[in-house]
Amino acid sequence: MTARMDKRFADLAAEGRPALVTYFMGGDPDYASSIEIMKALPKAGADVIELGMAFSDPMADGPAIQLAGQRALKAGQTLAKTLQMARDFRRQDDATPIVLMGYYNPIYIYGVERFLDEALDAGIDGLIVVDLPPEMDDELCIPALAKGINFIRLATPTTDEKRLPAVLKNTSGFVYYVSMNGITGSALPDPSLIGSAVGRIKAHTKLPVCVGFGVKTAEHARAIGASADGVVVGTAIVNQIASSLTAEGKASAATVAGVETLVMSLASGVRASRLAAAE
Amino acid sequence: MNQSPNLNSYREGPDEDGRFGIFGGRFVAETLMPLILELQAEWDKAKTDPAFQAELKDLGAHYIGRPSPLYYAERLTQHLGGAKIYFKREELNHTGSHKINNCIGQILLAKRMGKTRIIAETGAGQHGVASATVAARFGFPCVVYMGATDVERQAPNVFRMKLLGAEVKPVTAGSGTLKDAMNEALRDWVTNVDDTYYLIGTAAGPHPYPELVRDFQSVIGTEAREQLLAAEGRLPDMVIAAVGGGSNAIGIFHPFLDDKSVRIVGVEAGGKGLDGDLHCASLTAGSPGVLHGNRTYLLQDADGQIKEGHSISAGLDYPGIGPEHAWLHQIGRAEYVPIMDDEALEAFQLLTRLEGIIPALEPSHAIAEVIKRAPKMGKDQIILMNLSGRGDKDIFTVGKILGMEL
Repeated sequence: MTARMDKRFADLAAEGRPALVTYFMGGDPDYASSIEIMKALPKAGADVIELGMAFSDPMADGPAIQLAGQRALKAGQTLAKTLQMARDFRRQDDATPIVLMGYYNPIYIYGVERFLDEALDAGIDGLIVVDLPPEMDDELCIPALAKGINFIRLATPTTDEKRLPAVLKNTSGFVYYVSMNGITGSALPDPSLIGSAVGRIKAHTKLPVCVGFGVKTAEHARAIGASADGVVVGTAIVNQIASSLTAEGKASAATVAGVETLVMSLASGVRASRLAAAE
Repeated sequence: MNQSPNLNSYREGPDEDGRFGIFGGRFVAETLMPLILELQAEWDKAKTDPAFQAELKDLGAHYIGRPSPLYYAERLTQHLGGAKIYFKREELNHTGSHKINNCIGQILLAKRMGKTRIIAETGAGQHGVASATVAARFGFPCVVYMGATDVERQAPNVFRMKLLGAEVKPVTAGSGTLKDAMNEALRDWVTNVDDTYYLIGTAAGPHPYPELVRDFQSVIGTEAREQLLAAEGRLPDMVIAAVGGGSNAIGIFHPFLDDKSVRIVGVEAGGKGLDGDLHCASLTAGSPGVLHGNRTYLLQDADGQIKEGHSISAGLDYPGIGPEHAWLHQIGRAEYVPIMDDEALEAFQLLTRLEGIIPALEPSHAIAEVIKRAPKMGKDQIILMNLSGRGDKDIFTVGKILGMEL
């Protein structure tokens, strides 16, 4: 699959630390601020970027990400603009993997073939599409893999031993372990439970396992990073952006700077969680 | 419910992946996949279990009041001067609409599955009331998600739900209407997977919901078919029903789908007209997309963002439609037409005065279509219409529009 993704995880394994995977909503609060946030992420220590594709009805997300999507849509964000954002970013950074994350309908309406061709051209390394479980692989997963774009699947606490092989079958890039049943932005569960869940998944796959849902602080990142190959932070970043906005919902001087500060802190967390070099 | 395999049948769907043609499917987050597979396994067992069917039938007879009557609308027929008009009187059911048929069926499934908590979404509040009713009857705690806008405009139903012991949670996310309530119910389900049963109110959502809701509602068409054969010795020429998500319509349509002589007409909410955004005509003015677990026709913009629907009737106010209707529309077995707010309002008043029946605003759309079609048909022809709900809940809305103080 895409060289950027594999190289990034191989380098981090050699370095002996987990990846910091950062999510933000493309176009929140506006295109110009959002591209600045994207560019700031790797500089602040993010290893992988998840670029959110706004959708009007994000059924698996909590209020924070739903509001971020609404802000982006209100500011005129579209799937075409989200792809453009990746393209703009690639002009200055050709090493940081970008994963597009969102829901299927905007992609379906854009046209799967057209979307995949443009995503590849824009330098996209992977896709996370929340409402496409393995049962729906013919829709987007198989065509994406055929074009060389990773399809990253979510595994959850409800994904039992019987189901895990099916979930992992067409997964590539990394596995995203959702650490709880629930929506994005909920509280972080007990890290020791996460460790055993990561072990359970690793028994079935050689892919890196990144863990998300509930990670808010450097300490969380350190604790999760002890067992996982990567720590995903989303809602905390989105909340940081929301809290920096003016009363009218516009970006302020603190919008990009606040994200930088938060991500630098999270990056120190993953760097403190020194996990033994890759198995 | 399906008969022996027959390639010429319209009643075989969905396939094992939950598809009706390209529509339907299971577009849900991974967290929910094991749950809908578990539901499907239980449903597969229940539908062939004589004890389950017997309990369903018993509750149907003694709790809901089935069979509902088939009524010859003599005065409306004379007034329109064409086809003979029969109503399937689902508005006489306990709780006042067809919604209870599905709720009784699903609560029995929830009980079989050992679930201990019920969640539901509601628009106008009819499904919320029916869900709260069966939850009370079976002793389950029940949470109903309802858009904040709807909570305000459907106050009597909110009070009913509370009386029945349900917790009504207003949803302010998005625009605070039915689709947002459904998003919120899905979020609750994702969070409370172990003990919670999601009682979906219409024949939409991820497989197996469209199938099982249809099967629970098909009692409408099955009874009506037998009743009409008994009354007239023949099948109707046309079956008409209003379509929001489409559960009352698929319930009356499905048993007639293989009767090739029967025309099937679904009536969508045309709102204030199809030119702008103030309507809910997903089939006539929408396009295929993926939302709430299934591929179907949706009201959406060029970027695949879902639009808000509008209708005088909150029960038709959903920007999607059940996947089986999408398929019947695509293959042409059923035709779908819009009826505007003002036409539905006129039909509401006409039926009230001619037949002494106050219909809900949802079936008032179907009545408006009957008013258009019957005069063009012969007196020897028959229209069967699903009178899916009573209008008590709508008198405030209608009063306001007609400028009457209540």
